[in-house]
Amino acid sequence: MSTPTLDVAAIRKDFPILSQVQDGKRLVFLDSAASSQHPTQVLDAMNDIYLHSYANVHRGVYQLAERATSAYESARDSVARFIGAPDPNEVIFTKNATEAINLVAQSWGRQNLKPGDAIVLTLMEHHANIVPWQMIAAELDCEIRWVPVTDEGELDLTDLDQLLDGAKVFAFTSMSNVLGTINPVARLTQAARAAGAISVVDACQSVPHFSTDVAELGADFIAFSAHKMLGPSGIGVLWGKKDLLDAMPPFLGGGGMILNVTTEGFTADGVPGKFEAGTPPIVEAVGLGAAVDYLENIGMDLIRQHEVELTAYAMRTLTERVGDDLLIMGPSEPAARGGVLSLSLADVHAHDVSQVLDEHAVCIRPGHHCAKPLMRRFDVNATARASVYIYNDIDDIDALADALVAARDFFSL
Amino acid sequence: MAGLEDLYREIILDHYRTPRNKGELETPPAHRTEGFNPLCGDEIVVYIDTDDNGLVSDIKIGGQGCSISQSSASMMSMAVKGKTVDEARQITSAFKRLMSIHETNVGGDGSEAEADDFDEIDADIDLGDLEALQGVVKFPTRIKCATLAWNTLSQAFDEIAEDS
Ligand SMILES: Cc1ncc(COP(=O)(O)O)c(C=O)c1O
Repeated sequence: MSTPTLDVAAIRKDFPILSQVQDGKRLVFLDSAASSQHPTQVLDAMNDIYLHSYANVHRGVYQLAERATSAYESARDSVARFIGAPDPNEVIFTKNATEAINLVAQSWGRQNLKPGDAIVLTLMEHHANIVPWQMIAAELDCEIRWVPVTDEGELDLTDLDQLLDGAKVFAFTSMSNVLGTINPVARLTQAARAAGAISVVDACQSVPHFSTDVAELGADFIAFSAHKMLGPSGIGVLWGKKDLLDAMPPFLGGGGMILNVTTEGFTADGVPGKFEAGTPPIVEAVGLGAAVDYLENIGMDLIRQHEVELTAYAMRTLTERVGDDLLIMGPSEPAARGGVLSLSLADVHAHDVSQVLDEHAVCIRPGHHCAKPLMRRFDVNATARASVYIYNDIDDIDALADALVAARDFFSL
Repeated sequence: MAGLEDLYREIILDHYRTPRNKGELETPPAHRTEGFNPLCGDEIVVYIDTDDNGLVSDIKIGGQGCSISQSSASMMSMAVKGKTVDEARQITSAFKRLMSIHETNVGGDGSEAEADDFDEIDADIDLGDLEALQGVVKFPTRIKCATLAWNTLSQAFDEIAEDS
């Protein structure tokens, strides 16, 4: 075999948190879809700023402030390169993906939506890509239309053209955080464009796991969070097309987003400053930049290949070991999905499954995964979700299988 | 460390596998209240009938949830059926104290003294099988599962009081 594979053992050395032992057992972390762990490279980069170069950005003229500003701005450059953005000024730092989507809904939405306008969402959205639209729709009296989901867990695009007819916004996820389904983003943004709607892509689950090129995606806006891609919590990204961002009014007001303020009013700065009111997450941005460098260094294609292999192994192993009692939601073809496995273990509730798994030091996530309309679609109210990333290996999957068997036996199905 | 046996007592699993008073009541005359656990998506529906004497004449539980929320609801339905609304409210607060006293002491050994206080306050209230849920407090994330049905019941009583 000449195809390169990910050296997980070497990678794991960069993640000290994973070497801890819980109740005498190897910690098995399978909840990266919620939030990922941090390599020492990210922690060191952040610590280095705190130790040597911390000051507020875009203000002081002293050298510390200049170094902090330059570190903050070079993180923006790294992120732009990582997602293929033609201009780093199109990269807006927010608090998280949720704030990024709210920014678009509030700023672009309030300027461009009128009563009766339609916003199209899909049934597999995270609440972060639902509620901001419901809020602006309620305020401006807009209609929300939903793209349905098939039994296989894919978007049902049969009536897409009708749904998009006359719509102003099409907001959808690049990959479902529950089903693992990877959506045909380029096709969807093209359909939006043809209908005269802007496209807003919730890229939270794709940017960390496979290579992203905004030009290829054809989106008008994409949103993602650093904490799902080895970076710190407290910072997210909104990327938008420059002409759209330029035309939008500010979202939050305050320091850092103005050119001038008088007693009569204010003049907003250009992008990205216009959308970064107040002191930004300076050190977090540096952490995100280091995370991006770390991922690029490994190679996104290799990461994707590793996750497909591990997902295939997991689907095979769990089905063999746990049998018919186990239902794995979403597409059955590992290459067509991300490394997110939502599991239902016969009558055992996800909460109870996770409790037994915790005894085995296996960390997974029970619940509705902030996607209640999707859960309702499949008539479940909770699943146990295991998700993989670069530091997971076959041992983790075997431990998950052992723990699931134990859960089944404990509740003696 | 608290083990699974602390959480999943046999009586709890029994109520989970064979829930008592599961179902619906016709509304009206019955009152229907829904409760949600926003963390995990569990839903509980409490149907309650009160008669002219202020007695909980009938109660049914609908919805879906984990073993803790379902067994707690099942035991709750048995504990309050046939009681007056006032008695049912007292049982509710006794149960919630059972859940919250320990909440502040998780992992510590200092819970003894406060547990005694609790016994004093509620000496006359016999929680019966519900005591089996005491182990839940060692698993703080599960306390909300155990109290879901009770919060929904309290809300139902409030709504009934408002309506009349
Ligand atoms: C698909 C998807 N969208 C949005 C979010 C929200 O991300 P955040 O909470 O970082 O804003 C998440 C993560 O929870 C997600 O998985």
